[in-house]
Amino acid sequence: MSTLVALARALAFVQGVAQPITMVRHIHCAERPMVFIPLALAGEANAPLAAMVGDDPDRPRLLVVPQPRNRDLRFAFAAELASILVPHFERFQTVTEVAAPDRTGQARWRSTDAPQVVVANPAAAGFVRLFGRSTRFRRADGPYAVDARVPVLGQWLTFFAERAEYPGSSLLVTLTDALAMHWATGQSALEDTHLPALLAWIEPPEGRDGATAAMLAEDPGIWPPAGPATDPDFDNRVLAPAIEAYAAATTPDAGTLAECQASGALRDAVASQLEPTWRLMWRAIALLRALPPGVRVADRWAADRDAYTEFAARLEGSGLPQPRRDGAVAAARRLHRLERALAAFTVQRAYDDPLIMAEYRLTGEAFVATVLEADRLRIDTSGRRRTLRPRVTVTTTDPAKPEVGSTWISPARPAQRARAVEVVVARGAETTVVLELSGGMGRALTPLPGSVPDAGERLCYTSLADQYVPPGDFPAPEETPWTHGGPPAPASLDAVEGQAAVASRRGDDLPRDDLPRDDLPRDDPAGEEWS
Amino acid sequence: MQSASRIRGSARPCAQNARTIAALTSNPGCDRRAVLDTAGVDKQRLADHIGYPARFGQSQFAIVRGNAFEAQLKADQCAALLRLLIEQKIVPPGQHARHVDCSAVGQTESQDDRLARTAGLLGEVFKGGDSWGVPGQRPALLLDHPLLAMTIAGRTVYLEPDLILIGPDARVHVVEVKSFAVIDGQAAPSKVAAAAIQAAVYVMATCAAVTEAGFDAGAVADEIVLVCPRDFANQPTATLIDVRKQLAVLRRQFARMARIEMLLAALPDDLTFDLSIDESGVARRPPVEVVAALECVPARYIPECLAVCELAGFCRSRSRARGQTAVLGRDVCERLGGIEEVETVLGLASGTLSPSPDQTETAAVLRLAEQLRSQSLVLAGDPTAASSGLGLSALGLSA
Ligand code: SF4
Repeated sequence: MSTLVALARALAFVQGVAQPITMVRHIHCAERPMVFIPLALAGEANAPLAAMVGDDPDRPRLLVVPQPRNRDLRFAFAAELASILVPHFERFQTVTEVAAPDRTGQARWRSTDAPQVVVANPAAAGFVRLFGRSTRFRRADGPYAVDARVPVLGQWLTFFAERAEYPGSSLLVTLTDALAMHWATGQSALEDTHLPALLAWIEPPEGRDGATAAMLAEDPGIWPPAGPATDPDFDNRVLAPAIEAYAAATTPDAGTLAECQASGALRDAVASQLEPTWRLMWRAIALLRALPPGVRVADRWAADRDAYTEFAARLEGSGLPQPRRDGAVAAARRLHRLERALAAFTVQRAYDDPLIMAEYRLTGEAFVATVLEADRLRIDTSGRRRTLRPRVTVTTTDPAKPEVGSTWISPARPAQRARAVEVVVARGAETTVVLELSGGMGRALTPLPGSVPDAGERLCYTSLADQYVPPGDFPAPEETPWTHGGPPAPASLDAVEGQAAVASRRGDDLPRDDLPRDDLPRDDPAGEEWS
Repeated sequence: MQSASRIRGSARPCAQNARTIAALTSNPGCDRRAVLDTAGVDKQRLADHIGYPARFGQSQFAIVRGNAFEAQLKADQCAALLRLLIEQKIVPPGQHARHVDCSAVGQTESQDDRLARTAGLLGEVFKGGDSWGVPGQRPALLLDHPLLAMTIAGRTVYLEPDLILIGPDARVHVVEVKSFAVIDGQAAPSKVAAAAIQAAVYVMATCAAVTEAGFDAGAVADEIVLVCPRDFANQPTATLIDVRKQLAVLRRQFARMARIEMLLAALPDDLTFDLSIDESGVARRPPVEVVAALECVPARYIPECLAVCELAGFCRSRSRARGQTAVLGRDVCERLGGIEEVETVLGLASGTLSPSPDQTETAAVLRLAEQLRSQSLVLAGDPTAASSGLGLSALGLSA
């Protein structure tokens, strides 16, 4: 939370409508996002009750588990969901492009597009993760056989849930987070996790202020909650009788009229809770789409496509499910990657967005200045080689007080460094800085046109650097002391963890294909009962 | 001088339980809640009456599932539970257990009788050499829904833990059964935190009961056993949770409530939250009067109230009407330099208000933040910027 965002919240409060806190959009909006609204049965561990899903706002698919405590019906739900999602997830693999080679110089390909899953709120994202966990270890054969696509769905959902932890990733979008990243409401962050209330602040209906609209939106009688938890009142008054009626109408010879009617009534009841959210979600998506994308959104989406391509290949290869828990080395690697992603995302957002950069101007980590004069052709002759080192004199009223010798970068010319060689703090609020430029001007001794700022140009300099941080070096499992999880034990689950760690050591995150299938986690999680 | 019973009025005192007591700790600074709770006012009913119904309903699915899980643990002399306790090394291997049902006998048993029954049981066990066998040779006793009492701010509060384990060595553990799942060794942190503080309330009550029976409360462990379903199955799993921190928090809060007399003394003599409920159960008191009564007791609304206090809807709307920055959340307040009114924040930010001496630093930051915000919006050509920014600072752009 920055002071600028806090101030925007105060403004939103007074004006009765959410205030923008970005100038551009910082997430990728897919052409056809897969919207997924899961509902869970209260009191159970992520037991699916229903879902509305689809990539066409006019054609939602409704899935219902008429008796959520029945294991077979739950798996029928999982299979139906898989039949919608898995083909969608796989579809994007076919068209690929050449990507930059990896560190070992090996050629790489990546899909030109990737699937995007959109959920309403953090709890729904949690549902995705847990549903992935509860299905990815299932097997299509043996005593607890399920539809072959169910474990595949589980692996995909796990992939999306894990990827969602990467700051700046847009494969799994949580709408309340995405909206709150772009608008400040006049309520608290806690209340912002309620999608109907959040949207009420962003787009209050004619003649109502955000606070009143949000209060109405919180009434489950007016707006059903966006899930996965259902309104307890709905559970007690509508859902429970409907489930009971269905159970009473179910007879050994399936498909009787009474059963059809009962199941129809149940579907209608559940649909009444899902449809308002479905409409809200597409409205939210439209709001996000209407924002112009930040320049670096495409780069991050490319990283998402890389991750997607890699994971799709892994699925086609060994098909080993992700381990229940990361081994020590895998966990450390993952943490390191998350930290790198966060650092990069922080800088990229500021580079792309003057309103976010303003937060750094406030703290003195950036300043906006006007170029007074520019010595474009200055050559430094002090060294052995003559080098092009133009100097620009800039003046700013921002609070930043650059120190002599400090290095600054302008988001407009990210390849160029500017070193402060002279700083004059005037009596007023004005600071004059002479900056010596290096890089980003071509190879000759005269700079490429436009590569050096001109007198009169207004531009931003910041100490934030969008630098490449090399991936850390982690030991191979066999070199890992037992205190840190290695070497791998031969037991089934540990073997998977160990192999995953071996694979990541090789830099491709792909487990070996020649693993015997017996190394798959078998009976424990596969036979795990669903309450 | 005010008294708790006058404040409550003619209604029966609203029963407190571990959950409501634990909730007290989430907004300890609020006098309104402290007064209402100490007086035993039914806040749910009050909130309904003034048009801000609280939504703390529970789904019957959750209740059914919770009960089924508990029953499964207790079946067969608590066989499943005993296995977990042995696993956690709280009970030695090979130990037998006895399930002692302490829940109400029939419809008629009074709370005091039940209380006496639990107390008698504790006394017998600690004396040793009784029908349960001498210490060291008796089974682990699992007291199922014993009734305990505790005095909070002068009022007796009855509490009913799920289970209390008295080990063969006379160590006492509170066992809390919850139906949220622990998946791959992890559960929702907010739920674990809520369970821990509730169980801590039971630990305090158990200590009180043991002391009352004339024994050393040191026998009661300051870690509790949390039992939850594991993964996606109904298989139970137990976790030991150290609740020393929660106990300290509770003690502080209770000490604060003990000073409630001072709070009450400051209130008008005729203050009451009596809803004038007639014989048919309808509240007759005009809601405006009740609201006026509520306004007499200062509140300290924070968004966290929404999850724990029945009056949150009302307090939020009052706090909003007063334009308090508290409604925006704690981190926002901090960022705004702790200034309490939104108007003041915006006045300082736009420069239309001159800061008091202790506000100068905050004011300078806010002023600058506002200028940078409007500047960025104007620079980017946002047509609404001139009006949505405070308008003044676009001037700073002359360069
Ligand atoms: S909702 Fe009101 S009464 Fe309840 S704790 Fe918060 S401020 Fe106090």
